[in-house]
Amino acid sequence: MIDLAVNLVFQLLQMLLVVGLAPLLTGLVRKAKARLLRRKGPPLLQPYRDLARLARKEAVVAEGASWLFRVVPYVVLAATWVAAALIPTFATGLLFSWSADLIAIIALLGAARFFLALAGLDVGTSFGGLGASREAMFATLAEPAMIVIVFSLALIAGSTQLSTVAAFMASSAVGLRVTLGMALIALIIVAVAENGRIPVDNPATHLELTMVHEAMILEYSGRHLAVIELASMLKLLLYVSLIVCVFAPWGLAIADAGVVDRLIGAGVYVVKLGVAGLMLATFETSIAKMRVFRVPDFLGAALMLGFLGALLLFVSRTLK
Amino acid sequence: MTGLSFDVSHLLAGALVLVSFMLLYQTRLFALLNVFALQAVVLSLSVAWQAYVQDAVHLYITAAIAFAFKAIIIPVALHRIIARLGIHRDVENVVGIGPTMLAGLALVALSVVVMLRVASEADALAREDLAFALSVVLLGMLMMVVRRNAVSMVVGFMSLENGLILAAAGAKGMPLVVEIAVAFSVLVALIVIGVFLFRISERFDTVDARALDQFQGERL
Repeated sequence: MIDLAVNLVFQLLQMLLVVGLAPLLTGLVRKAKARLLRRKGPPLLQPYRDLARLARKEAVVAEGASWLFRVVPYVVLAATWVAAALIPTFATGLLFSWSADLIAIIALLGAARFFLALAGLDVGTSFGGLGASREAMFATLAEPAMIVIVFSLALIAGSTQLSTVAAFMASSAVGLRVTLGMALIALIIVAVAENGRIPVDNPATHLELTMVHEAMILEYSGRHLAVIELASMLKLLLYVSLIVCVFAPWGLAIADAGVVDRLIGAGVYVVKLGVAGLMLATFETSIAKMRVFRVPDFLGAALMLGFLGALLLFVSRTLK
Repeated sequence: MTGLSFDVSHLLAGALVLVSFMLLYQTRLFALLNVFALQAVVLSLSVAWQAYVQDAVHLYITAAIAFAFKAIIIPVALHRIIARLGIHRDVENVVGIGPTMLAGLALVALSVVVMLRVASEADALAREDLAFALSVVLLGMLMMVVRRNAVSMVVGFMSLENGLILAAAGAKGMPLVVEIAVAFSVLVALIVIGVFLFRISERFDTVDARALDQFQGERL
């Protein structure tokens, strides 16, 4: 009974942690990017202030918008939040860890994307439709790549359940595997594309020719916009946590660990997030945005890496 | 065969296949040459690892030859040829990158399936090396098929030869004389190709292989 209560508390803590840290991560990336460009940059806590200000403002809804338009932000946030809360950030074996299946997480993100694209089409402006169609184009390549990566990981770890995968990666049974390296690069490419970071999309601009994500949510305002912004911050945190928990699971409290271990795990997790944020900022500053029509090649490389990794895995499996 | 030595050679051979894909993906000539040099470095590492594992001294010489010729001499020579011809612009593909990649994947899958069946007698490491070597060879051929620019065709040819060296290193008992002969024949091939490139560009004002199409005589 006590165990259940403790696990429940930690699960709740995890849910609050992801949503609490997401704006901070975004703020960190923005600040680091600004510093790298020798600008002063907004303060670290600026995203929280932005969200609070947006939440207080009046929400203006376009004339042609249906009920869907109002509902979508909450659907998107809910799906993303659940997906982010399922990822073992600081500990495995939490109350809902049994449902933290990689395929379920992909499905949740896919649902969020689907509704966002619907909302973009719903208002009937040209920008929304443009953004939605581009998003769908990227998704047709990013999702198969993601699935293939998941297959490789599942072949190595013997499960698609994220807790099991993370526990396996943290153990010494992994060894040196070229597949893992390929999966890591492919996952980073997918993460960059999914979050609309720089080589694919510029998160800081409203330039009409380049934007994908921003075009879809152009009609949103007030609390709707706040919710959507929070959801996209959560998505960034989700991908970073996913990469960290699969490929750098050191310090993760494995199932049945004590309270102290879990608290240490939380501290380590925050540090890892910070490092990942700085790396993302450096990467984004050192690279130029690519043309929209180059993006399929970029994502195709991820797909190909995933396939190649699975093939190599197949070879070494049949030989051993 | 211990786990670690298998893992490392798996890693290096897999990296070689990966670099072959990078060659296919690369569309700029200078970047193409850099990737080609990278492939040679990976190849010589792989061969050196084989030498260490098999305790075969002559393979170290093969690795050194591969490094000197393919990672330094040939890329530098091709660099100068490109600079002399004044063609630092993009490489054109006949097929887009996506279909090329898919075709490459299919070739890798094919060679894996074929080699695992055919060479079922050999030991694990040799079989794996053969599978990857065959994929590198096929990818080199694919590169020669999809590119129009003569220089990138040459790079495809050279990377094909990298696959042959990988196969030779994996199979025990390849005499050193043969390897040295192959290495020098590649160098001779480079000289011939270099002369040929200049002749083509003199005659047709381009190194685009399409320019040769109209000289192929009567079409049926």
